[in-house]
Amino acid sequence: MPLSPDEARRFADLLESHAEPLTARWTELVVASLRGRLSGAELHRQTTDLRRGFQSALSAGAIEVTDGAADELRAQLSELSSNRARQGFTATETAISIYALKEAVLDVIGDGDDALRLYVAFSAFVDRAALFTFDSYVRIRESLIADQAEQLLELSTPVVKLWEGVVAVPLVGTLDSARAQVVMERLLQTLVDTSSPYAIIDITGVPAVDTQVAQHILKTVVAARLMGADCIISGIRPQIAQTIVALGIEFGDIATKASLADALRYVLSRNGNKSSRS
Amino acid sequence: MNEESQRLPVVSDQDVVRVRQLVRTAAVAAKLSLVDQTKLVTAASELARNTLVYGGGGHVEVTPTRSERGKAGIRIVFSDEGPGIADLDLAFTDGYTSGGGLGLGLSGARRLVDEFDIVTAVGEGTTITVVKWCR
Ligand SMILES: Nc1ncnc2c1ncn2[C@@H]1O[C@H](COP(=O)(O)OP(=O)(O)O)[C@@H](O)[C@H]1O
Ligand SMILES: [Mg+2]
Repeated sequence: MPLSPDEARRFADLLESHAEPLTARWTELVVASLRGRLSGAELHRQTTDLRRGFQSALSAGAIEVTDGAADELRAQLSELSSNRARQGFTATETAISIYALKEAVLDVIGDGDDALRLYVAFSAFVDRAALFTFDSYVRIRESLIADQAEQLLELSTPVVKLWEGVVAVPLVGTLDSARAQVVMERLLQTLVDTSSPYAIIDITGVPAVDTQVAQHILKTVVAARLMGADCIISGIRPQIAQTIVALGIEFGDIATKASLADALRYVLSRNGNKSSRS
Repeated sequence: MNEESQRLPVVSDQDVVRVRQLVRTAAVAAKLSLVDQTKLVTAASELARNTLVYGGGGHVEVTPTRSERGKAGIRIVFSDEGPGIADLDLAFTDGYTSGGGLGLGLSGARRLVDEFDIVTAVGEGTTITVVKWCR
C-alpha cells in the first residue's frame, strides 16, 4: 500500500529531524552486515546520500517508490546495486543495506500514539525500495554475465590442425567485426605455420549468417587463396542456406558442405595421397 | 495495440547483438518455424546494423502481433534520425553500398520478410517496419 500524503510528509520530517543519529545507526547496521568488506567511511557516505535521497523523494510528494518524485532515489538505488554487483556482493547483502533503514527508523521513531501505525507504513515503503534494489541488482548481474560470456567467446576461437594439410576453424556465436578480424588472422597464421593447402571454416555454431558475417568469410577465403590455400565452408544448416539464398549472397566457386566430416572427406578425396596421414 | 512490445536503443555493435537475441526470443515465442526465425533474425540484423552505421544510431521496437485472421506474427520497427535515403531505388539495388558492405542488406531484408515498409526523408531519418507471419 502506498503511503498517505500525510505519512510521506511525516516520514520526510523524521528523516530530517533525526538525520545524524539515523545515518549513524544505519551505517553501523550496514557495516555489520557486510562484515568489513567496505570501509565504514565509504558506507557512511552512501547512507548519508541515501537518507537524503529518501527525504527528498518523500518531501517532493512521493508516496510510492515508482513515483516520478522518487526518480532520483531510484537512480541512487540502481547505482548502489550496480556498484555492489561489480564488487561481488550478493543480491541479499545489497538489499539488506536498504532494509537496515527500518531498524534505524525504529530507534528514532519514539513512542507517540501513532508510532506503531507510522512505523508499519514507513516500513512498507522501505521494503519496496529494497525490492527495487534487489530487482535492479539481478538485472545488472545478468548483463554482467552476458558481457563476460561475450568476452569469453572472443577469446575462444581455436584454429586446429584437423589432418595433415588441413586446418579448421569452428566459428561459434555471433561474429562481430572485431572477432572476425581475429579469426581471419589466426587462420591465415596457422596456414603459414602448418603450410596447409586446405582450410575448413565451420559455421555450425553461428546462429545467423548476415551480410557482415558473409563478407568476413568471403574476405578470409580470398586472403587464404592469395596464400595458395583452398577454403571449404562447412556446417551450413538448411535454415542458414535458405536465408543466404534469400539475401542474395553468392559464395561463387567456394566449396560448401553440410558438415565438417563431409568437408574433410571432400578434401581427402581431392587430395588423395598428398594429405596422407604419414 | 499491444502491451508486450519491447524497445531497444541501437548505438553499438553490442546493441545489434541484443536486437538479434530479442527478435530470436520473440520469434520462438510466436512459434515461427526455424527457417522463418532465422530469416527474421537475419533481416533484423541487417536493418539494425544499417540503423547503427548509416542512421547514426536509433531504436528498434519488437512487437508480437496478430493478423485480422488471427495469425500470429512479429512486427519490428527500426527508426533513426540520420541522413535519410535520397535515392531509394539505388539503395535497394542488389550490390549497391555507400559504405563498403555487400550492398545486400536492404534488398535482402525485404526478401526475408512478409511485409516491408520504408519511410525516409533526407535530413530527417528513416523508419522501416517489417512483419513476419506464422505459416
Ligand atoms: N538507415 C539508413 N539511413 C541512411 N542510409 C541508409 C540506411 N540504410 C541503408 N542506407 C543506404 O543504403 C545502402 C544499402 O544498404 P544495404 O543494402 O544494407 O547495404 P550495405 O549495408 O552493405 O551498405 C547503404 O550503403 C546506405 O547508403
Ligand atoms: Mg547494410
